[in-house]
Amino acid sequence: MLTINQYVRAESLEQAYELCQKKRNVVLGGMLWLKMQHRNVETAIDLCDLGLDQITETSDSYTIGAMVSLRTLEQHAGLAALTQGAFAEALSHIVGVQFRNTATVGGSLFGRFGFSDVLTLFVVLDAKIELYHHGMLSIAEFCALPRNTRDILVQVHVPKTQKRVVYLSQRNSATDFPVLTCAVALQDGNCQCAIGARPLAAVTFTDETGILQNGITPESAAAFAQNIAQKAEFGKDIRAGVEYRKRVCAVLVRRALLQAKEG
Amino acid sequence: MQIQMTLNQKKITAEIEADTLLLDFVRDHGCLSVKRGCETANCGLCTVLLDGVPVLSCSTLAARATGHHVQTLEGLQAEAEEFVGFIADQGAEQCGFCNPGFVMNTIALLRENPTPTDDEIRAYLAGNLCRCSGYDGQLRGIRAYLDWKEAQAK
Ligand SMILES: Cc1cc2nc3c(=O)[nH]c(=O)nc-3n(C[C@H](O)[C@H](O)[C@H](O)COP(=O)(O)OP(=O)(O)OC[C@H]3O[C@@H](n4cnc5c(N)ncnc54)[C@H](O)[C@@H]3O)c2cc1C
Ligand code: FES
Ligand code: FES
Repeated sequence: MLTINQYVRAESLEQAYELCQKKRNVVLGGMLWLKMQHRNVETAIDLCDLGLDQITETSDSYTIGAMVSLRTLEQHAGLAALTQGAFAEALSHIVGVQFRNTATVGGSLFGRFGFSDVLTLFVVLDAKIELYHHGMLSIAEFCALPRNTRDILVQVHVPKTQKRVVYLSQRNSATDFPVLTCAVALQDGNCQCAIGARPLAAVTFTDETGILQNGITPESAAAFAQNIAQKAEFGKDIRAGVEYRKRVCAVLVRRALLQAKEG
Repeated sequence: MQIQMTLNQKKITAEIEADTLLLDFVRDHGCLSVKRGCETANCGLCTVLLDGVPVLSCSTLAARATGHHVQTLEGLQAEAEEFVGFIADQGAEQCGFCNPGFVMNTIALLRENPTPTDDEIRAYLAGNLCRCSGYDGQLRGIRAYLDWKEAQAK
């Protein structure tokens, strides 16, 4: 059970940051994950008055505030156009509409959850994560931060790079956690592929050995997919074992590549 | 701590604990239609509208609702009445425990998308679990309501 002694609506990021340095204080996102924990929290720090629930656009990027809900992200027309609908595909399988109205981008990324659909997609979009104290980090640098990092995720920047993006996931049953997630981005003949829910957090692969150098065909897509399935590290949990995940990986990567090529 | 919110059009001020859940708060204020189901953000039974948006009250602090408008089925009877009879006509439910959350989310769906397809209805209501039925009856009920509405408009 989660108990909270004190609730503070932060009036500034500085105040939120100062408060979150104490071990027994926590930052609230949508609280969906926090709520599942057995934890006695001294002060819950709410960022809801800091205007972080907006998605803004500049000529070269989208900036997504930490308190933007997953539902808002899923329905954003600009991000949908940029990724050819990959955001909706990645998010719409997460539990239900009410859940996604409650869950936040900040909480979803800060948790760096192994099962995360959200993280898997942001990885291939070369997103930059802006933390209050650590500043602007690549998503890889952010993922590598120690688990006990005490900072505030302020916003996420997604560059408007023209890419073909495809997101696919496999679930044992609708609305359950994914058994495997896969995001592919094609840009200027280069391919970036993220595999998540292994059940470890998303990792990226590129075409190091040039399997796709003569183009994406059913054969080269299958070979690339097999290569990733061999290279990626998988684990087992109650949802699936290593071998099953490996097989699903080869199928999802192949399908995603062919879909990305078709445009 | 003290909070103020509008609950079903009525302004209220109350003293609460910092970790009071919105679910417990609205139930303590007479809104017993809001049910505690899974309490792990999976079932949708605790759905309320926060500034018109359906959210899970089992995972939302009452403190966060300060300054906002919360609506439960108690405050949305007229809007619900339009279509709940169609669901009942299909014999869609057995114990009925899931019904209020289901109706709340259907209200949100129809406000957002007044003419949904069957797939859109299924997708929108995916977060509302029913352990008695197979969901088909509810879908048929909403479809029958939409067909009736369309016929009325002609
Ligand atoms: C039942 C259930 C099913 C789920 N299924 C899926 C699924 O299928 N796919 C998927 O991708 N995800 C899934 N999730 C995860 C979910 O989508 C969210 O990612 C998760 O709930 C965290 O988001 P939140 O806003 O609730 O964060 P919270 O629970 O509030 O916070 C999570 C962590 O991040 C910290 N935090 C929050 N915001 C910030 C911030 N701005 N700066 C610094 N730290 C912050 C908190 O202190 C906490 O440690 C599921 C979660 C649950 C509970
Ligand atoms: S009680 Fe809130 S989702 Fe089940
Ligand atoms: S009718 Fe019993 S849970 Fe839905």
